[in-house]
Amino acid sequence: MSTVMTWIGSHADLVGRTMREHLVLCAVALGIVLATALPLGAALSRHPRATAVAVGAVNTLRTIPSLALLVIMLPVLGTGFLPSVVALTLYGLPAVLVNTTVGLAEVDRDVADAARGQGLSEPQILRRITVPLALPVILAGIRTSAVQIVSAATLAVFIGGGGLGELISSGMGLMDYGQLITGALLVALLAIATEAAFGVVQAALARRYGAAA
Amino acid sequence: MIRLERVSKTFPGTQRASVEALDLEVPDGTTCVLIGPSGCGKTTTLRMINRLIEPSSGRIIVEGVDVTHVDPVQLRRRIGYVIQSVGLFPHFTIGENVATVPNLLGWPKAKIEARVREMLALVGLDPAEFAARNPASLSGGQRQRVGVARALAADPPVMLMDEPFGAVDPVVRARLQREFAEILRRLGKTVIMVTHDIDEAIRMGDRVAIMREGRLVQYDPPERLLAAPADAFVADFVGSDRGLKRLTLIAGGDVALPGRPAGPAPAIAAEASLQTALSLMLSEGTDAVLLVGQDGLPAGHLTLTHIREVAAADHAAATSITCHGRQA
Repeated sequence: MSTVMTWIGSHADLVGRTMREHLVLCAVALGIVLATALPLGAALSRHPRATAVAVGAVNTLRTIPSLALLVIMLPVLGTGFLPSVVALTLYGLPAVLVNTTVGLAEVDRDVADAARGQGLSEPQILRRITVPLALPVILAGIRTSAVQIVSAATLAVFIGGGGLGELISSGMGLMDYGQLITGALLVALLAIATEAAFGVVQAALARRYGAAA
Repeated sequence: MIRLERVSKTFPGTQRASVEALDLEVPDGTTCVLIGPSGCGKTTTLRMINRLIEPSSGRIIVEGVDVTHVDPVQLRRRIGYVIQSVGLFPHFTIGENVATVPNLLGWPKAKIEARVREMLALVGLDPAEFAARNPASLSGGQRQRVGVARALAADPPVMLMDEPFGAVDPVVRARLQREFAEILRRLGKTVIMVTHDIDEAIRMGDRVAIMREGRLVQYDPPERLLAAPADAFVADFVGSDRGLKRLTLIAGGDVALPGRPAGPAPAIAAEASLQTALSLMLSEGTDAVLLVGQDGLPAGHLTLTHIREVAAADHAAATSITCHGRQA
């Protein structure tokens, strides 16, 4: 532990830069995941057959190892930030898409029917009934996706995307254990922190929506 | 008043019409029960009235307005809607559920709160105890009470009920049927209700519409339906015990003979039906019963012979009712 502290003390700039790169990479990828998977999932949830096809396709995407996904980007997009973001987005997409689609589709159809029959418009049904009821499932998907992205971003270094993976990679190359362990430790902490943060949000929503959550 | 004029519905991808050229008129303040075997088009008919299903052709007039030409969302806020599974919003409190339509209509907060209390009390739930609770904590019968309170909250002139008692056990069902029929009658609501239970139809309906394969087979008051089924299908549908069922529609007190029975006889309440009286005679092995009024005093008596005479006279009267609701 003291090795790690000493190493961080003497390489504060490097730690700060790689941490920042890592966070930006993850934030951008997660942002794109949310911006695409949430509306897409909402649209798919209205069509049972499309739901089944999409869930199947997306689960296939899930089986591709994260490193493979990153390396596939090389011939297509070259190296650097962009291919890393694209790869991480593809990696984080399935969890959110599947949970959004299934979560919305599984809201009791009679509840939606009753809402329509009372005179709620379609946007009102989505906003007041189906989304709040599906929220725990959707949020669980976002939580999984965020943790996956934070972990997989460690590998971005292999295609020049930077991030905390740089510490691990060069620590190994230089046999510099201080650097290696610092990188590993920070990635682990970041993943745990992400998991915990979403856990807090989930618990807060569960309280707000009572027995429904 | 609700009037359906040559309403048809053919779902895309199907050959046969689910509802075909249906004419139906439900006078203000009365209850019409739609009944028939599965797939006869009764639920489709009900759901076309608030446009949850769009008719393929025909006109539907509710309170003088052709509903096929108005915004369906606005329309539904003026029509109460109750379904078998109730469909309470699980993330709303019971009070918030009841307040759904008044909220949509933008009523002031104080008026909504007062209305919620009034509605819960109307359906027999103590507002102080129930308003803030979650729907998950309710029994099936209580859930449907809230469902009806929610449908009534904005005081719609018209109520559509799709098998409202289908999900509750028989004991609770009988009580809810009595209470809801009384509430709807007192409030003067025009009601269309779907059921597959002929006894419920007879108990709840001012008129019963029997449907088969998308068409109306007979549309008559229950007495006439039982006394004069239009054809073999209706006769079969109302059941071979229709003679006995008719007796459920007549209260003993309304046709009682004066005085006491000649010999010893069991006693029953004067508001009990002739069917109950007959059943009691059969089980007690007597041929008379004593009727007792609500004040506990004797209110006349009934005999086997008299019940048969009443049934015969009722049959003659029912078959001669002019059917002003039936359109040629």
